[in-house]
Amino acid sequence: MLPDNDMRFNASGQVWLDKLVVQHASDASRLLQILLQVQERFGYIPHQAISRLAEKLTIPLARIESVASFYSFLHLQPHGEYRVLFSDNITDRMLGSQALMDQMCQLLWLQPGRVSEDGLVSIGPTSCTGMCDQGPALLVNGRAITCLTHQRVQEIAQLIRNRTPLADWPADFFRVEDNIRRGGLLLDNKLSPGAVLHAAVALGGDAIVEQVKASGLRGRGGAGFPTGMKWEACRKAAGKERYVVCNADEGEPGTFKDRVLLTQQADLVFEGMTLCALAVGARKGFLYLRGEYRYLLEPLQAVLQRRRKDNLLGNKILGKSGFDFDIDIHLGSGAYICGEESALIESLEGKRGVPRSRPPFPVTHGYMQQPTAVDNVETFCQAALALHMGADKYRAVGTEKSSGSKLISVSGDCPRPGIYEYPFGVSVREVLQDCGAVNTRAVQISGPSGVCVPESEFGRKLGFEDLPTAGAFMVFDDSRDMFEVARNYVHFFAHESCGFCTPCRVGTSMLKQTMDKIADGHGTQYDLKEIENLDRVLQTSSHCGLGRTACNPVLHTLKHFRPAYENRLKSLMFSPAFDLDGSLARARQMTGRDDAGAHLKEME
Amino acid sequence: MSDTFQLDGATVPFEPGQTVMQAALAAGHYIPHLCYHPEFKPHGSCKLCTVKVNGRTTASCTMPAEANLNVESNIEEMNALRRTLVQMLFAEGNHFCPSCEKSGNCMLQALGYDLEVHATGFRHLYPDRPLDASHPDILLDFNRCILCELCVRASSEVDGKNVFALAGRGITKHLIVNAESGLLKDTNIALSDKAMQVCPVGVILPKRVGFSQPVGVRRYDQRPISAQALDDAPRQTDASGNCEACEGSS
Amino acid sequence: MSKKLRVATTSLAGCFGCHMSFLDIDERLLALLDLVEFDRSPINDIKHCGPCDIGIIEGGVCNAENVHVLHEFRRSCKILIAIGACAINGGLPAQRNHLDLSSCLTEVYLTEPGLAHGHIPNDPELPLPLDKVHPLHEVVKIDYFIPGCPPSGDAIWKFLTDLIAGKTPELGHGLIKYD
Repeated sequence: MLPDNDMRFNASGQVWLDKLVVQHASDASRLLQILLQVQERFGYIPHQAISRLAEKLTIPLARIESVASFYSFLHLQPHGEYRVLFSDNITDRMLGSQALMDQMCQLLWLQPGRVSEDGLVSIGPTSCTGMCDQGPALLVNGRAITCLTHQRVQEIAQLIRNRTPLADWPADFFRVEDNIRRGGLLLDNKLSPGAVLHAAVALGGDAIVEQVKASGLRGRGGAGFPTGMKWEACRKAAGKERYVVCNADEGEPGTFKDRVLLTQQADLVFEGMTLCALAVGARKGFLYLRGEYRYLLEPLQAVLQRRRKDNLLGNKILGKSGFDFDIDIHLGSGAYICGEESALIESLEGKRGVPRSRPPFPVTHGYMQQPTAVDNVETFCQAALALHMGADKYRAVGTEKSSGSKLISVSGDCPRPGIYEYPFGVSVREVLQDCGAVNTRAVQISGPSGVCVPESEFGRKLGFEDLPTAGAFMVFDDSRDMFEVARNYVHFFAHESCGFCTPCRVGTSMLKQTMDKIADGHGTQYDLKEIENLDRVLQTSSHCGLGRTACNPVLHTLKHFRPAYENRLKSLMFSPAFDLDGSLARARQMTGRDDAGAHLKEME
Repeated sequence: MSDTFQLDGATVPFEPGQTVMQAALAAGHYIPHLCYHPEFKPHGSCKLCTVKVNGRTTASCTMPAEANLNVESNIEEMNALRRTLVQMLFAEGNHFCPSCEKSGNCMLQALGYDLEVHATGFRHLYPDRPLDASHPDILLDFNRCILCELCVRASSEVDGKNVFALAGRGITKHLIVNAESGLLKDTNIALSDKAMQVCPVGVILPKRVGFSQPVGVRRYDQRPISAQALDDAPRQTDASGNCEACEGSS
Repeated sequence: MSKKLRVATTSLAGCFGCHMSFLDIDERLLALLDLVEFDRSPINDIKHCGPCDIGIIEGGVCNAENVHVLHEFRRSCKILIAIGACAINGGLPAQRNHLDLSSCLTEVYLTEPGLAHGHIPNDPELPLPLDKVHPLHEVVKIDYFIPGCPPSGDAIWKFLTDLIAGKTPELGHGLIKYD
């Protein structure tokens, strides 16, 4: 266990690596999983390990570097025995995460983003870790620590200074609460493992697909594609093999309901996946677990093991000959884009998580170019419930076009953050009342790529008819600056852009620059025009949803909270993005000058 | 008798499996592009070829042709978009045309000319991208890389060498070479490789032949890229656009 | 006849190559003089720019003096045109942008072999260098750009006559170039 990792790649390291490759059947599609284990052992990915892997997997060295450098949790250089990453969602910031990160940097004598000179520790920010209801949060060597306070930061700094192994840190640091505030048909279900499958085996694939279609179930990951149609298309697609993939790469900032489902309802998730396998004719399934939820890996594997023992996985499931299915868990490693289904499949194949060109879609050309059904964690749970309840009964819950219930992850300015389950059709106002929010200025629905709803629109309802959502519900009260909220989201998109297409790679960076320019007091009306231009390009030409929605936070806040921007603008039509006088500072220092000619005023 | 679609009012025939771009070029209609190359499977990253298909924007190089599509390409809305994309590429790298030996034969530059791009407009990023001059015969100037992956594809699919790959993510994405040392001299690249021929800009250059053509007779001095590209188009061989070799690479 | 347009030109961190190219419009200079009159420009000896219709600037912004001149032009000119590669993307001088200014000054004035008692010039008469070289549009609002290193006389002529005729200037194949 870390931090006792051996930073050197010596002979014993090589023996270990060779064994690891054999465990992965020398299969290059396991590359990412292998790299993750290399990183866990050495604290980074040593150059010699890459060379050895290239040889053993017979793939080019550059391909390994290419993959490793894509994922932000993997490091090609030593990155400290303790690698501390502060969750940098706006909700963490609202709870004071920046001051806590500064404090830890001071205590350990280093700059954010740097490794300490003794190689002991690195500290930096990371995208939302999915602990918004118990933030501020951080990850240390991939393990989540929640509810940070100055006291706790001090203790952590001490443990790091003393080189205390993570296993010996106080267990309550790592406690993750479920914070279920309101149950419903999903969270309150009392189904025993296998109950739904028993009924399903009797039904058969076609009937399952018909039932799921009739239930009106739509995907819970945000896009809302009808689940039954997806399963049917996958079932009918031509292919040598079929695959079921559970998307547990819950990266949308502000969303954490899948974490709770994987903690509380793992059996139902796997039951739904197995059901899907029966429906589409798959023999192999994957659960793609985001790296931030690494701590769930062992418990989930234990559930899988139990289900294998109970004949709910494996060969001849529940005695039905030909019903063979098993599930493998793959870990992600700090790449939001892998939540996009085709990028997720690329990542499952051990590659960079770059979204594919579509068509063809995963239902016909997915994992290994075979028909693949990719669904969200909650969708699999809901599918199992829909089949158990029967289509009519399930459809009776929710609204006409949004049947069933939805899990909402509430965070931000409210006294009772956590998980709330509602039938679709609940209004924003009702959720705010239930979580005790007061003086609310706005709610960000479905994360940065979603919608910013101002007070005047709190009557709007969650559901595919009006406000589709993957589950995030971030509350901002009237003390919050909506410009800073948008700026945080813009930074998020720039960090998470995969860089494949020009508009998103360059556009998200330009957008970040422009927002920072406004924040620094250099903004003008000209920059607002620039934002509109960038938005047009991002929306019309980006390769995938990330780029197409990257401007949403800015557009929505500009629409509803324009003064938050305009108060920061100069009256000038134009201002440089940099401080003119500041850009002479280096030359002043080098020449020792400080006369009037050694300074520049801004243009009057 | 093949099916047809409409492109800016013209009727374009296509064979099953062709993309909008392939059919358009084969029929003598130019759609601006950078990362598309007739000999390689399209991957649609530069987005210069974005068109409106039945009112929705999409990359024409990856869009399968279908009967009766209404494709709009040479319209101000798309050209304005392309102008901005060209400007973004210029701002992202270090493109100093006067000192680049690819000048006059550079696709990015020629597209800028065709689209009347007078300036970058954006704030330049001026990234620090050191050269690789280690190889005796070949220079790599990463400053000009537009990340089109053509060299990656050519080296892997045609040369069977995998000399190049892309590393990093987002704005830090960059080209790397396949060697322990990270240097080109330690790869098996050769001057005769396909990867030497496909760079649309001035990254991969043979040494000692720079500026051999005088200004005025270089490729795009003579005719604009819109005319040159159509001459190149009949080179396309695999109308299906599929390529087994591509499947394994990212 | 309507009043002549007043035009000012200058070179910042440039080589005056664009100005030389401007003179390359040859006898058309006389036709131009029917339409415009010159304020501050290397053609005359006017030191400061007065109110003008058009300002034409070559070269990027590399030091404090460049900033002062550029501000003066922006204040005085209704339309500001950046001419040439250096004005548009920093050009040759901007190739120092990936280097740290301190190490540039140290190497050139202190550590370069052959220097005896080197010191970094600190005379107040000298303009201080900015830590980065900037294209004009990063410092002030620029209305038009004439690309080229330098743009040809024909390109400059076409651009200016379009502009004076009230049209959006277009160069077209052969006239538009970045080298």
